[in-house]
Amino acid sequence: MAPAPSSEEPLSLYRTMWRIRAFETKVGELFASNRIPGFVHLSIGQEAIPTGVSSVLGPEDYITSTHRGHGHMLAKGADPRRMMAELFGKSTGYCKGKGGSMHIADFGLGVLGANGVVAGGFPIAVGAGLSCKLRGTRQVVVCYFGDGASNRGPFHEALNMASIWKLPVIFVCENNRFASTTPVGYSTSVGRIAVRAKGYGMPGKSIDGNQVLEVREAAREAVERAREGEGPSLIEARTYRFRGHFEGDPQRYRTKEEVEKAIKRDPILLFRRELMKRGLLDPERDREIQEAAQKEMEEAVRFAEESPLPAPEEALEDLYAGDVGQAAGKGGLR
Amino acid sequence: MSSRELTNTEAMAEALKEEMERDPSVFIIGEDLTAHGGIFGQFIGLPEAFPGRIIDTPISETAIVGAGLGAALTGMRPFVDLHFADFVTTAMDEIANQAAKIRYMFGGQTKIPMVIWAPDGAGLSAAAHHSQSLEAWFVHTPGLKVVSPCLPYDVKGLIKTAIRDDDPVVFFMHKKIFAKKGPVPDEEYLIPLGSADLKTEGSDVTVITYSIMVLHAMEAAQELAREGIRVEVLDLRTLWPLDWEAVARSVSKTHRVVVAHEACITGGVGAEVAARIQEELFDELDAPILRVGAPRVPHPFSPPLESFILPGPQNIMEAVHRIMETEI
Repeated sequence: MAPAPSSEEPLSLYRTMWRIRAFETKVGELFASNRIPGFVHLSIGQEAIPTGVSSVLGPEDYITSTHRGHGHMLAKGADPRRMMAELFGKSTGYCKGKGGSMHIADFGLGVLGANGVVAGGFPIAVGAGLSCKLRGTRQVVVCYFGDGASNRGPFHEALNMASIWKLPVIFVCENNRFASTTPVGYSTSVGRIAVRAKGYGMPGKSIDGNQVLEVREAAREAVERAREGEGPSLIEARTYRFRGHFEGDPQRYRTKEEVEKAIKRDPILLFRRELMKRGLLDPERDREIQEAAQKEMEEAVRFAEESPLPAPEEALEDLYAGDVGQAAGKGGLR
Repeated sequence: MSSRELTNTEAMAEALKEEMERDPSVFIIGEDLTAHGGIFGQFIGLPEAFPGRIIDTPISETAIVGAGLGAALTGMRPFVDLHFADFVTTAMDEIANQAAKIRYMFGGQTKIPMVIWAPDGAGLSAAAHHSQSLEAWFVHTPGLKVVSPCLPYDVKGLIKTAIRDDDPVVFFMHKKIFAKKGPVPDEEYLIPLGSADLKTEGSDVTVITYSIMVLHAMEAAQELAREGIRVEVLDLRTLWPLDWEAVARSVSKTHRVVVAHEACITGGVGAEVAARIQEELFDELDAPILRVGAPRVPHPFSPPLESFILPGPQNIMEAVHRIMETEI
């Protein structure tokens, strides 16, 4: 029998956070043992943000994601098997092995793509917002970005444009305190990135990004505002990246003590404590949830490993949607 | 087919009007569109005909092109006006890293029906930030299609096709051809991307060219005809995909080739065309291929300086003379 929605809803958030954690942990292990190629950027420690945000989005809503985007994808409902297959470079992956970790998308779920360029998502999110407005829908767009991206030009152009047209865009800053190796205090002119919203005439809120319910509340408010045609919002969710910028990062820019201290505020542990306090979670249910997440990601790895690699000549496919006539000769386009 | 004389500006506005009537997902976005109907008058009448679908923007090229892209990914068909081709540098990430790659990177999941339109070219003493011809950058970028027509018939047909195309199309029009007139049929027509057009038939030399250089080449061809040299002018119209069959047909007929564009010669589209001809049609050639274009220098302001670097009919005639003197 299904539990009452009031208790199931927070547990579903908890489950999503564990699913992201399990996926990321698995990817870290696979990368360390050379089983997946390329670069990977893990979001361990930041799970509360996409979990809270996506919990107030509908399937028709859009997101733009970043190079640290696995959590954004999973929270929006992506299939971890196809994600994992993409990380393995397999033909069953979301992008048939053409994108990899930094370029996963599922347009069917409204995920308009992770992005290898820091701040690459801002203008796309504005365009998606403009499209919602032109088509007269009630869809909204969430644009995830990091503290580093808030210092790039596209942030400023996009916030201004979204504001003058009152577009349904929610700019969600995952301030994890480091732009690669550069501390936010060094790189950023303001102590709170949320205050930049003021310069663009929109509400800005700085919240504890490790408290999933706080994220959810801020997101709910911003999404409602956007759906009502009142325009964009900026949410700065303060968090901390537990892992390096990339797997293999020597992390000379911070001390072990600093990281250990941050890990004490693990968003999953904070939420677990809260759920237990409220009597919504007991140790047995907790173990079930963790084991289910673990099992799901192991299955994703199995799926990925058993999937075929793409045929090499598929490198020449998928570039153009339309006819390219004589250019499509032997040996690929020229 | 009955036709009228239209300027390029009028042909462009007519194409946009027809496509906007046909498809409600088409909209135009860019700077300074509504107050004067665009800086060249290319949008005159459209803001009144399509309220809310001609969108003036702040000066934010990154966000303008990106907004077009985001809209294209979510069901719209944007026509993005870049104001001047030179400003493309301020939106280069959105064009070269995002629009060009998104379909491929994401395994063909989506399409990007977007036109990025920009006036390019020199000759107005506008100096180095309002005069460039940058088409080679985009021909070099996989994922984009590149169009650069010259005459009203081609402009209208290609704008309509570019709007209906499901891939990002970078569409250049030379600033000095806006007032150029030419016949445009009354009936609707389309010109496929990747189809070149013989503007002048000849048997001695082929001049492969596009944009304003088509006019210069036609003028040169007329002069050369008086000397008995029959020049064939092949207007590429689309720079990618290239109409290779049309190139090969003409080269196999004349056996002598000049490639000509206003952009600087080094690394230009002409170099690509010339390289491919010698790779695939070497035996057809009776003389080395010659290139006409600008030297590798920014556009200077002062008229004598600017005209010194800009290629014109004279440069094409010189190249044709040189190539005709080559002993087989």
